[in-house]
Amino acid sequence: MLKIAEIDHLTIQYPDVKAVDDVSFSVNQGDFLGIIGPNGAGKSTLFAAMLSLNTDYKGTIKFFGKDIRKSREYLHEIGYVPQKPIFDKNFPATVNDVVRMGLRKESNEDKIDEILKNLWIHELGNKRIGNLSGGQQQRVFIAKALVNNPKILILDEPVTGIDQQSIELFYSILRQLNSEQHITIIWSSHDLDAVNRLANKVACINRTLFFHGESDEFFENDELVKQYSEASMQEHMHHH
Amino acid sequence: MQRALISGIAIAVLCSVVGLFLVLRRYSLFGDAVAHSSFGGIALGLMAGIYPLWTAYGVSLISALIITKIKSKFNISGDASVAVLLSSGIAVGLVIIGISGGFTFDIFSFLFGSILLVSVNDTIMILALTGIILIVILLLYRQLLYSTFNEEQAKVSGIPVEKINYLIVFMAGITVVTSIQLVGVLLISALFVIPNVTAIMYGKGFKQTAILSIAFSVFSVVVGILLSYLFDITPAGTIVLLSIALFGISIGLKSRKLLRN
Repeated sequence: MLKIAEIDHLTIQYPDVKAVDDVSFSVNQGDFLGIIGPNGAGKSTLFAAMLSLNTDYKGTIKFFGKDIRKSREYLHEIGYVPQKPIFDKNFPATVNDVVRMGLRKESNEDKIDEILKNLWIHELGNKRIGNLSGGQQQRVFIAKALVNNPKILILDEPVTGIDQQSIELFYSILRQLNSEQHITIIWSSHDLDAVNRLANKVACINRTLFFHGESDEFFENDELVKQYSEASMQEHMHHH
Repeated sequence: MQRALISGIAIAVLCSVVGLFLVLRRYSLFGDAVAHSSFGGIALGLMAGIYPLWTAYGVSLISALIITKIKSKFNISGDASVAVLLSSGIAVGLVIIGISGGFTFDIFSFLFGSILLVSVNDTIMILALTGIILIVILLLYRQLLYSTFNEEQAKVSGIPVEKINYLIVFMAGITVVTSIQLVGVLLISALFVIPNVTAIMYGKGFKQTAILSIAFSVFSVVVGILLSYLFDITPAGTIVLLSIALFGISIGLKSRKLLRN
């Protein structure tokens, strides 16, 4: 199986805390990897390093067999959907404007209509992005991530603050992208149930990696699930 | 008069387009800061006997780069670094004027603009710079828009965001000095900001907003120059008041529409 990404002994040190501590795992082509972990477990920090937004780390990250410190070409093969895209609500950009921002080659222009239709946002093309609901905005950002035919889609807790109906639609779209278009998906989530339903691989992170493997292996092991749930519950109590 | 109108229209178009990126980046006062620092450059030119706009170009480009550097390297907010630069430019200018014993008339034409006195060479220069900057913007349209919309996502898409940021402040620096002849140092940010905040109220998409902003700006400049010529009043003030009037009317229309809803 072709390895798409290899994370090897990754450590990210913040001034007062080790945000990611000696994490190693790999992602195979076609994987649907769910990364789970409580708030502050280092999931976003891990993604920032994988996307070259933070280069201050120890260890190596490889995409397609190449060290990402040496070349950023790999970014052309990645579609990224952030947790909650930050933009000014009054920014004068339509859905079409936003989707086209992602477009690297004009030749992919024809694909845009098809992508918008698949994501159920084709009738919103001329609406201002700031006037859409959270669920619609998130689908626009997926569309933007897909316009260059990426091999990998990276999503950082993409359903935060979105209504349940939109979440279900969003998940069915992800499943379709993975099974029909063979896009490798790396996805961080709080929602254990959704990870159980969608992902074929699971990585469990709480600063260190304490599980990486087949999804079934994780969810059939009550001890692991219990451990994770307790850790995340403690974290939850801590936050409140 | 013809030269004034041609230069005025070119500057109106340029300020609208460059200003839209600044306003959307919450950098509205950047034009003001660079304009004020160019005042120091103008005074320097007048003292040294060099054509003052040349020294103004030099000083304003250096200041634009300094603001950007300070903002990115140190933990000083954009508005604070703008405020520091704004006052330093005027302070340097005043000290130089004091040392040289004053050159009141020349300084006034730079402070308040002198578009009716613009020369053939100035007009050619204004048209050339407008053309170059607009071509650069058209060529890098996607990169400029994307990094204005969301820097982080633009970086992940492989856009060299830092270089694009420098390019924008560089273009803004050139635009400011080029526009000094139209409205002067003190009113420049009006041309950068007012037509754009007016257009953002109407435009849905980016291109539509840019076109509306250009239309509002060109209208204010052309009508402003004609009125000032007919009634012998200051063109700079008239132009800015007209664009404020358009802004006021739009606010009125918008609030009535909101009330109806």
